[in-house]
Amino acid sequence: MKYDAGQYDVVVIGAGHAGCEAALAAARMGCQTLMVTLNIDTIAQMPCNPSVGGPAKAQVVREIDALGGEMGVNIDKSNIQIRIINTGKGPAVQALRAQADKQEYHQEMVKTLQNQPGLDILMAEIQGIEADNGRISAVVTKTGACFSCRAVVITTGTYLKGRIIIGDVIYDGGPGNQFPATALSQSLRDLGLELGRFKTGTPPRIDRKTVDFSKMIEQPGDPRPLRFSFISPRLKREQIPCWLTHSTPATHQIVMDNIERAPLFTGVIKGRGPRYCPSFEDKVVRFSHKDSHQLFVEPEGRNTDEMYVQGLNTSLPEDVQMAVLHSIPGLEKVKMIRTGYAIEYDYVIPSQLKLSLEARTVDGLFTAGQINGTSGYEEAAAQGLIAGINAARKVQEKEPLVLKRSQAYLGVLIDDLVTKDNEEPYRLLTSRAEYRLLLRQDNADLRLTRIGREIGLVDDKRWEIFQCKVDMIEKQKINMRSLSFTPLEQGMAQFLQEKNSAPLRDRVSLWEILRRPEVKIEDLQSRGYLEDMDLDVLEQLEIQSKYEGYIRKQEEQVRRFEKLENRKIPEGIVYGEVYGLSNEALQKLEKVRPASIGQAARISGVNPADINVLLINLEKKRRK
Amino acid sequence: MLQDDIAALSTPPGEGGIAIIRLSGPGVINQAARIFRPHNPGLDIKERPGYSLTLGHIVDDRGLKIDEVLLGIMKGPKSYTGEDVVEINCHGGILPARRCLKRVLDCEIRLAEPGEFTKRAFLNGRLDASQAEAVIDIIRAKTEKGLKVALNQLEGTIGKEIGLIEDALIGINAAIEASVDFPDEVEEPDYEELKVRIANQIEHMKKLLSSSRRSEIYRDGIKAAIIGKPNVGKSSLLNALLKQEKAIVTELPGTTRDVIEDYINIRGIPVKIMDTAGIRDTKDPVESIGVQRARQAIEGADLIILVLDVGSGLVREDLEIFKSIEDHKIIILVNKDDLAERMIKADDIEKHFCQRTVIWVSVKEGQGLELLENTIEEMVFSGLLEGEDYEVAFNLRQKHSMEKGMKSLEDAMNNLGSLPLDCLAVDIGGALEKLGEISGKSLKEDVINRIFHDFCIGK
Repeated sequence: MKYDAGQYDVVVIGAGHAGCEAALAAARMGCQTLMVTLNIDTIAQMPCNPSVGGPAKAQVVREIDALGGEMGVNIDKSNIQIRIINTGKGPAVQALRAQADKQEYHQEMVKTLQNQPGLDILMAEIQGIEADNGRISAVVTKTGACFSCRAVVITTGTYLKGRIIIGDVIYDGGPGNQFPATALSQSLRDLGLELGRFKTGTPPRIDRKTVDFSKMIEQPGDPRPLRFSFISPRLKREQIPCWLTHSTPATHQIVMDNIERAPLFTGVIKGRGPRYCPSFEDKVVRFSHKDSHQLFVEPEGRNTDEMYVQGLNTSLPEDVQMAVLHSIPGLEKVKMIRTGYAIEYDYVIPSQLKLSLEARTVDGLFTAGQINGTSGYEEAAAQGLIAGINAARKVQEKEPLVLKRSQAYLGVLIDDLVTKDNEEPYRLLTSRAEYRLLLRQDNADLRLTRIGREIGLVDDKRWEIFQCKVDMIEKQKINMRSLSFTPLEQGMAQFLQEKNSAPLRDRVSLWEILRRPEVKIEDLQSRGYLEDMDLDVLEQLEIQSKYEGYIRKQEEQVRRFEKLENRKIPEGIVYGEVYGLSNEALQKLEKVRPASIGQAARISGVNPADINVLLINLEKKRRK
Repeated sequence: MLQDDIAALSTPPGEGGIAIIRLSGPGVINQAARIFRPHNPGLDIKERPGYSLTLGHIVDDRGLKIDEVLLGIMKGPKSYTGEDVVEINCHGGILPARRCLKRVLDCEIRLAEPGEFTKRAFLNGRLDASQAEAVIDIIRAKTEKGLKVALNQLEGTIGKEIGLIEDALIGINAAIEASVDFPDEVEEPDYEELKVRIANQIEHMKKLLSSSRRSEIYRDGIKAAIIGKPNVGKSSLLNALLKQEKAIVTELPGTTRDVIEDYINIRGIPVKIMDTAGIRDTKDPVESIGVQRARQAIEGADLIILVLDVGSGLVREDLEIFKSIEDHKIIILVNKDDLAERMIKADDIEKHFCQRTVIWVSVKEGQGLELLENTIEEMVFSGLLEGEDYEVAFNLRQKHSMEKGMKSLEDAMNNLGSLPLDCLAVDIGGALEKLGEISGKSLKEDVINRIFHDFCIGK
């Protein structure tokens, strides 16, 4: 029996990484928000690897943070190891990565959600989403509660019609053996959305007490107090190491001996899996010339013996998984706590969305996270944040927030999702960003915090910290450009000699001296050429000075890029009436319905001639 | 909104009396000012009004003249495209026009896409809305024609060679990107090995460009000017090379008054050879016009044959002429080697023309002429690497993309070791983008696919 259970501005379905960001954003922007989850004990769960960050992903976490999202703050409160990877490969690809205490991550997020005014949390299964005249009107739970609302954000991850596969054992289930969401898929189809099916997987978890670490290489954390969030305190947390081991020829033999029992090769698994996260059996088959693959053994938390075997994600039968584990150095006597599995699930084909993440055909319906065919906690959180912001702006009758590819990885992510044909679960890579040198983790706040403030997500505390940083950078840049040295200046001459740096030939500013690769800003500071300042400011000055040339190159590319990006295509355009389009372009444009000429040009099958045709037609329309 | 500057040859390709290069965009007048030197030094084309014509020269980056041109300026919005437009009227047909266009493209001006002037004219309101469909038809037709030509070519040698370079660069890029995006699984590429791989591609591109240049030379030929003071045997040389009495030869100095030109074939290269009036100070008005024309012939020449006379010795006039042509490719031809009375010694030549190519001949006896032909061939191809393995001829657009791509790779080479991988990737990516222009592909997705092909990714 359906009953009237109340009214909200925004309802968020799902409480994973996307759901949490969406709910917090909507509530913080002043919307009465309801977050509905199948299980309140799995809020912000990490059903796969216990880490946050890494290349492209760290940048995303920083961007979420810069806009006023939660992920960065939450991982800072709950990590058991943090370090910087890709050091020495350049500032654009340097990335923070943290190992999370999964339980603590969950608990800290629950605390934040519960303390958020304007946000209610409900444990229930949503079975129906109702629309009235193509406009979202309500959601209905399994038990009949009907909440009327103006916008819905669906963030159900891999729960939709989830199906777990372990060898020949197959059963319905969500990630981490939770209940799947069975009825929602049909409700989405009824709303006119087209669904596809993807596959992903996770490795077995093992008992720390049964691991022989003496056969593995220790991977310690960074001794420095590192942080994701621009506003977290710089706290030194106890670092718990990860461990590196590897598979052996014996391991590979076990896999090959049992390959006919692998669901991946027997045709049981039909959904497409991600290439960047292949199952172990797939690696053994495809790279048969390699007789060893790296495996990382990572703690799942401070207060648990459960450990994650990174690199061993598999859907082989349980007995084979055991045999595989026992063939690995250090794991000879290991006990398995959880079995690895593959999971198939429904996803919404994202070309049906606008760049705001709102479904094109249902007003007020947003989807975010793995339901959009992505993978990764960070990618999910990023979409959740944008969907939450835009659901709130929808309710408030404001224009949606759409970030450009030149502004943020968030922009790259959503544009790729909506514009391109994705044949596998989508993961961000730094190589997907054309303007990677500008989209660094160190300057995410400089790129986005102003926007966060404008939309009402950045609170006074963050704003103040941000402004201090910006002022300090500007002040120091002016100082460094005006402070100059002649070849005769003894102190500097000696310093350069010590650093094996060529002597000055003319009067040169401190800014230009810093540009030399062998001159580090800390050295300038320790010599007293620079005053004391925050580490973040030092980092900015160094990067902006050293990479000025390449940064300029990319800024120039961005200017060209933005010309086409700013050329908007009216929403109601009827492509069938556009004279001169090729058939293929017509179909693709109909499918994606790009917002700008720039986006149209990125659709495969739309060639430069079609773009010209569009331009001319738009101009003709404009003049009428 | 389309604010970059574009240029293209706007007269049909082929030999004509005149060729016009059209430039359009907000920066074209400033850009043109950098490569144009007006005859009247007081004229600044930046100050010239719309619908003006200015006579002058297109000059190269060292200030040497490329061609004498009439420069037309039309200021937006009163122009065909509605933007500032510069039209360069080159005289003397397709070859000088091509050279001028090349010079234009060395500035920050790109080659226009097919139909782009018309497109801009429409977008800037210079064509009526009712013409939209006609404009679309033009652009479609031109684009498709261009595409067809490109496709045909891609099936041939060019396509194959470009494909190889693309493939190698995708491999290099994938190695960098894989190590950056999957640091746990993929090791940082070895810098020495990267250096070798990049250098190989630069070399490959250089070879292709050289062979293309060779093909161009065989197709377009070169211009050679015979110069020297009066009565050293310039006209006899022309006749000997042509194997016919084209120029009148007398004992009298100053017989040739005008530039006499004809085509000969030297080792398969079409050479337009120009016999010029002897250069000297003269009061004779006819002769002095001839001298002036001789100097013009020098400007447009790819190769200059400076003729000296063993009988008259090395005099001040010879040296003055030499000084005025120093920057060109020159062959010093010491004529009348058969004379018993030798006023020029090998030492003199060594002293004044060291490091130059010198040939001793007797035109009258037909001695040394074969050596001259060999030398011409050699000099024309000098500086062009051995590229005989390939038979390729790039069009201007392809050549331009190739050169830009090579420049990016050279930047990458120079910065390898001093700048980190992310900067290196900007340059390698830039080179790939330029090559992609030739094959019409976007290669970014290929790089990502290659990462998964070449490396075992996945923890």
